[in-house]
Amino acid sequence: MAGHDASGHLHVSAASKAPYDEATLARLHEDAAAVVARYPQKRSALLPLLHLVQSVDGYVTGRGLEFCAQVLDLTTADVSGVATFYSQYKRHPNGDYTVGVCTNTLCAVMGGDAIWEAVSEHLGVGHDETTADGKITLERIECNAACDYAPVVMANWEFFDNQTPSSTIDLVDELRAGHDVVPTRGADKVCTFKEVSRVLAGFHDGRADEGVAAGPASLLGLKIAHEQGWTAPTPDSRAAAQPAKGAAK
Amino acid sequence: MTARLTPVLTAHWDQPRAWTLAAYESTGGYAALRKALSMPAADVLAEVKSSAIRGRGGAGFPAGLKWSFMSPPDGGPRYLVVNADESEPGTCKDIPLLMANPHSVIEGAAISQYAMGSDHAFIYLRGEVVHVYRRLMRAVEEATAAGYLGTDVLGSGTTLRVTPHAGAGAYICGEETALLDSLEGRRGQPRLKPPFPGAAGLYARPTSVNNVETIASVPGILLNGADWFKSMGTEKSTGFGIFSLSGHVTNPGQFEAPLGITMRELIDLAGGIRRGHRIKFWTPGGSSTPIFTEEHLDIPLDFDSVAAAGSMLGTRALQVFDETVSVVRAVSRWTDFYAHESCGKCTPCREGTWWLKQIMERLEHGQGQPGDIGKLDDICDNILGRSFCALGDAATMPISSAIKYFREEFEAGMHTPAAELFSPDASVLFDTSEVKEAAKA
Repeated sequence: MAGHDASGHLHVSAASKAPYDEATLARLHEDAAAVVARYPQKRSALLPLLHLVQSVDGYVTGRGLEFCAQVLDLTTADVSGVATFYSQYKRHPNGDYTVGVCTNTLCAVMGGDAIWEAVSEHLGVGHDETTADGKITLERIECNAACDYAPVVMANWEFFDNQTPSSTIDLVDELRAGHDVVPTRGADKVCTFKEVSRVLAGFHDGRADEGVAAGPASLLGLKIAHEQGWTAPTPDSRAAAQPAKGAAK
Repeated sequence: MTARLTPVLTAHWDQPRAWTLAAYESTGGYAALRKALSMPAADVLAEVKSSAIRGRGGAGFPAGLKWSFMSPPDGGPRYLVVNADESEPGTCKDIPLLMANPHSVIEGAAISQYAMGSDHAFIYLRGEVVHVYRRLMRAVEEATAAGYLGTDVLGSGTTLRVTPHAGAGAYICGEETALLDSLEGRRGQPRLKPPFPGAAGLYARPTSVNNVETIASVPGILLNGADWFKSMGTEKSTGFGIFSLSGHVTNPGQFEAPLGITMRELIDLAGGIRRGHRIKFWTPGGSSTPIFTEEHLDIPLDFDSVAAAGSMLGTRALQVFDETVSVVRAVSRWTDFYAHESCGKCTPCREGTWWLKQIMERLEHGQGQPGDIGKLDDICDNILGRSFCALGDAATMPISSAIKYFREEFEAGMHTPAAELFSPDASVLFDTSEVKEAAKA
């Protein structure tokens, strides 16, 4: 696949500049108008519009850049300057699923490095590379705010908690086989990169009520408080319930 | 026995469908907004100020004071921006909060807007948590339909709006002025201060940027009073906060407690250090705060006590590493992170983090050169206080503190790879023989 080098420049192939067909362009304009309407100044719409472009093209294309520039009265240089700054905007065709293994320190130490090695070897691709079937783009990701579930893997930005090498290999195999895969804390299934990009552009997919409210680690302190009968003071009882000030006091 | 944990923000996370408006209302949700709208805005601000709540996003600046520093109303727009770009390594409290109870943030944002004379809030959520964004968008929709947001909130004639906004992957956007640039559709690079956002923030208008947890604490302060809030915590670090324990403890998780609880107490609640091991080093507030060791376990985790001991409370992101972990490997990886996330705007950070990364890498591989430790110290010295924003400063924290407590491991990096001194397999949670099997499959 072209444009495979991880650190390359924004990949603007001739094909990616081919104009949108009429129906696609009309829908893009309709959606873009809805995005722009959310903000007091229209340039604020740029980040969601780039997500929107990815929801149609699967990455930031030349025509997508031009579309954003046209809608927001910016130059394409302005738009590509922004697009190349943020790691979620892809510079070459992305797989249907971005699988990110957290290899920031804590996850790495707890097993993220071992997971990364195993899944990278299994798929035969490295960071920011896509499998030949176009299904999986593999990434090393930074901390994704789920450290109490380390090691963490994200698939299209849904949480897969407490992973192991074999669980992650199962995950990518299931995704490649086209089976529905259920995140640990998230929607009832992992949606495609394009579908998720549309949500990030600010368009509902009706899945907000799916999944759990919180995982067991998130609830651990609350569970212990219930067991011990610990509560925050009520407004009237505050004189009686002086809080813990720490053993050192 | 006094309560060691005081669930307020986390109190209802275990309710069925906790994220919905119905669940939030059934536990008293939006009563604080009703109360606030019945009060003059100045009194709402005064109550928050009186609670002395310090910002929960890391810096610990008093939130009420921040609001009162905004330029006075001039008839033009004023904005509240809720910083939900939670990306500091180790920090994992705002994301579960928004996942389980987005309405607490929306109610807090509505009250806070009212207090500061704003009619529009943005919630800037990092883009890498799609389900949280779904919940947030849905919650805003529900709150608007129920009349808690809109042009005539609860018949008060007051306009309060909340616009969720997804970022696109950039740690630096957690820095408040970089966040504002990003929200304006630009590269997320920090702005020179002054002017501070309170004078010229979003679209150059008076703006307050506050952390998710700070804003979610506002309804409780309004409903129960500043004295209730101050009855928890310490004199100068009032109230409660979510403490996030991760790493080599038996049961990692979230613990909501009065500020001033100790790490020893928290580790005890988490079931102790991983069986058969002992603590080696830990971060009090994420990777950007100088590391601590076993000798610091009894320091009260409040802003001033942690600062007095040479670190920062930060975001209460307590990452625990046991004796199997090479401090050089850990710090080297954090250094990769800062180099990767440096926005490139200022030279000390852009160039300095790159050099720090080169040196840490060779130390990790046992290929350190004579003078490398001095060079690290020297580069840190030239970044700290000289970079445009706190990211550069942050990059130096793990390095300087690790050299202070574990200099011998850096010296060993002159000749022995970290992986030889500390087998990575020993730190991993699963059986690593599985790795070799799995990769073959």
